[in-house]
Amino acid sequence: MADAITVEGLRKDYGGFEAVKGIDLSIREGEIFAFLGPNGAGKTTTIEILEGFRTATSGQVRVLGVDPAHPPLAWREKIGIVLQQSQVEKELTPREAVTMFAAYYQGPRLVDEVIELVGLADKANDRIGKLSGGQQRRLDLALALIGDPKLIFLDEPTTGFDPSARRESWEMIDNLRSIGCTVMLTTHYMDEAQQLSDRIAVIADGRIVARGTAAELGQQVQARPTISWRGATVPTLSDRVAVRADEGHVRVETTEDDLVGVVREITDWATDHDDSLHGFEITRPDLEQTYLRLIEAGFASPDEVAS
Amino acid sequence: MTWTSQLRSQVKFDLLIFRRNPAATFFTVIFPLILLVLMTSIFGNQVIESRNDIRVANFYVPGILGLALISATLVNLAMNTTNRREEGILKRVRGTPMRPWVFVTGQVLASIVIALVMTLLVIVIGRVFFDVSLQTRGIPALVISLVVGTASFCALGLALTTIIPSINAASAITNAVVLPLYFVSDVFVISDGTPRFISFIGDLFPIKHLVGALFESFDPFTVGTPMPWGHWAVVAAWGAFGVLVTATKFRWTPWDS
Repeated sequence: MADAITVEGLRKDYGGFEAVKGIDLSIREGEIFAFLGPNGAGKTTTIEILEGFRTATSGQVRVLGVDPAHPPLAWREKIGIVLQQSQVEKELTPREAVTMFAAYYQGPRLVDEVIELVGLADKANDRIGKLSGGQQRRLDLALALIGDPKLIFLDEPTTGFDPSARRESWEMIDNLRSIGCTVMLTTHYMDEAQQLSDRIAVIADGRIVARGTAAELGQQVQARPTISWRGATVPTLSDRVAVRADEGHVRVETTEDDLVGVVREITDWATDHDDSLHGFEITRPDLEQTYLRLIEAGFASPDEVAS
Repeated sequence: MTWTSQLRSQVKFDLLIFRRNPAATFFTVIFPLILLVLMTSIFGNQVIESRNDIRVANFYVPGILGLALISATLVNLAMNTTNRREEGILKRVRGTPMRPWVFVTGQVLASIVIALVMTLLVIVIGRVFFDVSLQTRGIPALVISLVVGTASFCALGLALTTIIPSINAASAITNAVVLPLYFVSDVFVISDGTPRFISFIGDLFPIKHLVGALFESFDPFTVGTPMPWGHWAVVAAWGAFGVLVTATKFRWTPWDS
C-alpha cells in the first residue's frame, strides 16, 4: 500500500535547542499509527511540522505527496487536525460550529452524519460552553472530520481524561478505520498506543528509539527477563549478563535464550556461598516498563539505540 | 463553496457569536448609549441657537458615535482576536482550507455591521430623545467617515493584537491605548481651553480625527456640504499603517508557541 506520510532525516532546531534530532517515519494509507513518547520528546513538534504549522530545520517530509511547509489549499481539504489545545467559540452549539466549519470545505460531509459519528447527537443543540471536557474533545474530532479528510492528525487525544472517557474516545478513534481514514496520533500512554494503533514509533529526546507493532515491541520486552532476590552480595557471573544491586535487591538482567543457563549459574553461586536467595523471582517487564526502559535508553545512550 | 458564500457564512456566525456574548454586547452596544444619556443629563441639553432649535447634545453625539465605532471595531477585534488566537481557535481555522484573508475579512465585516447598527442607534436616540438634528448636507460626510473610520480602526484593532501577549493583557492593553486617547480626542470633553500639548497629542492619533470628521458631519452651523479631507487623510493613514502591521506581524498561533 502507498505511504500517506514519509519523513526522512527530520530535524528541528529551536535556536540552539534541538527538539527533533533526525527521525525517519513512514505511515501507510489506512493505518492508525501511534507516535509514543514522554512530554518534551518531540512528538508535538514533529506532528506540527507534518500539519504545516512549523517548518523543519532539515529533512524530507511528504504528507499525501505534498511538502507541508508550503501547503496548497487543495491539500488542506484532505487533512483533518485535532490540536492538543484548541477551543471552539463557547457561544455556539455543536451543530452550529460544525456547520460553520463545513463552509470552509469544498466537499464536506453532512453535518448531522458527523455529529452522529462522534456521538454528540443528543448534545447537538446545547451551548459548547456547557459540554464536558470529553464532549468538547468529540466536537474537536467532528470539526476535523467535517471536511471528509483522508488523513487525520490527533495530538494527545485523551490527555487529561478519566478512564471511562478514554475508553469512549478509543472506540471513536477505532471507528475512523471504518470510514477509511489514515490516522496519526501522538500519546504518552503506552496502553493507548497498544489499544488503538496498527504500528507504533517510540520517540525519546528527539529520536526514534523503537518501532513496530505492539506485539513486536512486546517481544523486545519478553526478550529481557529480570531475575531478582533480596540480598546485598553481588555474585560474579559470566559476562553475558548485567548484575546490579539496588535497595537491598540484586537484579540480574538477561535474555530469554540465556535464562536457564543464568539461573543455573546463580543457584551454583548461591550453593557455594550459602546464600538462600530470599524472594527469588523471574519477572518480565510489561509493555509499560519496556516503554519506560526504551525511553531511558533513549536519553542515556542515544547513539546506540536500535531504529 | 465560493469565497463569497464562505464570507457570508463567516459574517453570519461571527454576528451570532457576538450576540450571544453578554460582555461584548454590553461594552459595545449598551455602554456607549449609557454614556450618551449620562452626558446629556449631566451637562444639560440647552438650546444654543433658538432659531433652528440647535441643542448642546449636537456636540456630544459625534464624540459618542466615535467611541461606539471604535468599540465595535478596534476594541472588539483586538480583544476577540487575541482570545481566539490564545484559545487555539485561529490555529484550528488555519489548519482548514479556509483562505486566511476570507476569514479575517469575515471578522472585519461583522465588526463593521455592528458599527453601523451602533451608528443608527446613536442617531435615532439622539434625534428622538435629545433633538439632535443631522442635516441632509452632512450625510455624505457621515457615510465617508463611517467607511474610512470603520475600515481603519478594524485594521488598527488587528494590528494591536500583534503586541498583546495573552488574554489577560488584551483588555488592559486595549484600554490603556484607547482610554487616554478618548480624553484628548474630544470624545468626552470639547473645550476651547485645552492645553496646547494635550491638543497636539490628540492631533497625532486617529481618534480625534475620526471624531472631528463626525463632528463636521453633524455640525449644524456649517455652510455647504462638509468634506473634512484632512481628518479622513489622517485616519486613513493610520488605517494603512494598521494594514501594514497586520499583514507582516499577525499571528495565528498562541503567543508562546
